[in-house]
Formats: sequence, structure tokens, C-alpha cells
Amino acid sequence: MINHEWPLFEVFVRAKRGLNHVHVGSLRAADHEMALHHARDLYTRRNEGVSIWVVRSDQVASSSAEDKQAFFEPSGDKVYRHPTYYTIPGSVPHI
Amino acid sequence: MSTFEETIARDQRVEPGDEMPEAYRKTMIRQIAQHAHSEIIGMQPEGEWITRAPSLRRKAILLAKVQDEAGHGLYLYSAAETLGADRGDLTRRLIEGRQKYSSIFNYPTLSFADVGVIGWLVDGAAICNQVPLCRSSFGPYARAMIRICKEESFHQRQGYELLMTMMGGTPAQRDMVQDAVNRWWWPSLMMFGPPDDASPNSAQSMAWKIKRHSNDELRQRFVDMSVPQAEALGVTLPDPELAWNAGREHYDFGTPDWDELKRVISGDGPCNAERIARRRQADDDGAWVREAAQAFAAKRVPAP
Repeated sequence: MINHEWPLFEVFVRAKRGLNHVHVGSLRAADHEMALHHARDLYTRRNEGVSIWVVRSDQVASSSAEDKQAFFEPSGDKVYRHPTYYTIPGSVPHI
Repeated sequence: MSTFEETIARDQRVEPGDEMPEAYRKTMIRQIAQHAHSEIIGMQPEGEWITRAPSLRRKAILLAKVQDEAGHGLYLYSAAETLGADRGDLTRRLIEGRQKYSSIFNYPTLSFADVGVIGWLVDGAAICNQVPLCRSSFGPYARAMIRICKEESFHQRQGYELLMTMMGGTPAQRDMVQDAVNRWWWPSLMMFGPPDDASPNSAQSMAWKIKRHSNDELRQRFVDMSVPQAEALGVTLPDPELAWNAGREHYDFGTPDWDELKRVISGDGPCNAERIARRRQADDDGAWVREAAQAFAAKRVPAP
């Protein structure tokens, strides 16, 4: 049997100039062109966007939830990367 | 304590890749699918009036509203797919009667006043139900609800404005509004589900923070909101027991016909068969379009 299910696409919308594209959801479409048209009709019916990206969901690589700890741990003990790690006398201005 | 339990206890959101109990996943898929189906089936009762709208303005508004319902259904199917559900499969379950949708859409829309009353009462009840769901524990569902709630506000206001216009018209038009209110009031109260002591899944849904308020709590909130709106409109809500209770600081109201709700949910409402037949027909009629679009896409981009 032929599978007539259209592939899934993730949709990203730039709400206005100066902002990043943000993930808003997903939709089904036969190809990228149709995905863009559907995304416009589905996610920007009220001027919510000035630009849209679509990407096939099966093309998105994601960090896995199971490895979350090991994956993000390396930054955990590097407190010296934050400005608040350094003590500066209150009398020093603009720093 | 598992990571899932910790997330719930800290009132954080559960996200798709997270570990979660199988029962939570199943409950979420069932609830989101049922909600999505309701939006899609919900296009039908009002959609029937698009070609018969009394003016171009009302027609454009109704068209936009019904298009929103389609959009809401799609936001929700999108959320269900993050849990591993498959959109096509969910539609098949709906058509085969293996998944449900809101009982309210099994009532007929007999006059154009029904379009107004659906906006005011049915969408009003939906808003009462949905606003707390914006804080539901499953992230994609909560985010879909935020979008939906923003758009529902237009739905309710256009309905109320339509009714105000009709109430300023002829006696016959005012009668149409009152008749529609008489028919939709009780089914709207039933939208909140069975009373708390007869709602077996509620406790678990509250514990998992999928639900934030009980059915009876939300029903009371809806009644309290609707009474002054009915007064402002000049219609009578068809409940002789409706009265302000100064002690409780809430309106007392009568008991909906729970047997009717059971009958409508189990498939024996006025329009159940018609709604499903229509959905099945739309799916069948669209099959060649889906196949053609897929064949065209395959032709343009040869498979690697």
C-alpha cells in the first residue's frame, strides 16, 4: 500500500524585523512550497509574521532527553563565565 | 521521585522528548485529539450558514471564524504529533467513531441567530474551559491553547455583536434570538462535562496538572459570567431556578439533563451521524488531491 500521508514540517516565524525566527508548530504538506503556503494560512492569519521558514521534521537533529545531564553538564561548573563571579568594589563606576 | 514527577511538582512544563508515564502520554493524546476533532467537527454547524449569511460583512466574518476553527484543529493535531500520534490515524479514529469530540456540535443550527448564540455561549464556554488549559502541564498543548484563546475572543465578540444587532431589529428577529438561546443554553452548560462526583478521570488529570479546575467550578464561572451578559442583551436564560445567591456570591442554577449528555456523547444526539458522514465525505473527496500533490512533489524532487 502506498503511504499517502504527507510529510511533517516544522514551522518558524519571524514576527517582525529585528527578531529571530521562532518555532511555532508543525504541519503536513506534500513539499516545501506547499508547506510555506500552509504555514502562512495556518500561523499568520493575523499579521503574526514577516518571514517563514519550514524544515522537514525528519531533518531536525535534536539533543536527546536521556543524555540531557551529560550533554549540558560541562557548562555547569564554569561559574567564571558569568559576570557576577567577579567581585568589584562598589566605588568603581560603569563596570 | 522521577524527573517527570519533579517537573509536575515544580509546576514546570513536560516537553515531548521527556520521559513520562505511559498513562500520561495516552491521556494527553486522547485529550488533545478529542479537542482537535471538536474544532474540525465544529466547522460544520456554522459552516452551513456561510452561503446564507445576511450580508457580505457577516459572510466574511463567518468565513474567517470557520477558518479559525480549522486552524485550531491543526494547532492541536500538531501538538498531538509531538507525542508520537499520527494525524492521519487520528482522523481515521474520528471517522470510525473510536475517538470522540465535544457533544455540543451534535446540535443543529436552525436559524442565523444560532451563529450568534454559538459565538456568545458555546465559544464563551470554550474560553472558560480553555483559559486554564494555557497552563496545562504538557508544553505543546499549553502553547496551542494560548494561540487558540487569543482567537476565540474574536469569536465570542462577533457572536454577541450579531445578537445585539438582531435584538435591535424586528420582534420576529428578537424571537429568533430567544429561541436560539433556549435551545443552546443547556447544551452549553453540558460542555463542562459531567458533575465532579461523576467524572472519573478528573482526579488524575488534576494531579498531573493537565486540568486546573473541576468541571463544576468552571460551569459555575460560566453561569456567573453569562447572566449579566444575557441581561444586557435582553434575553431570558431558560432556567427558572437561576437566582443570585448572596451567601455564596454566585448564581444558583438548575441541573442539566445528564441523561441527554450521555445519549449525545454515546452517539445518539440529533446530528451525530450527519457530522461524521460529512467528515468522512470530506476525507474521501480530498483523497485524490492528497495523492496528486504527493505524486507531483515526488516528480519534482526525485527520491535520493
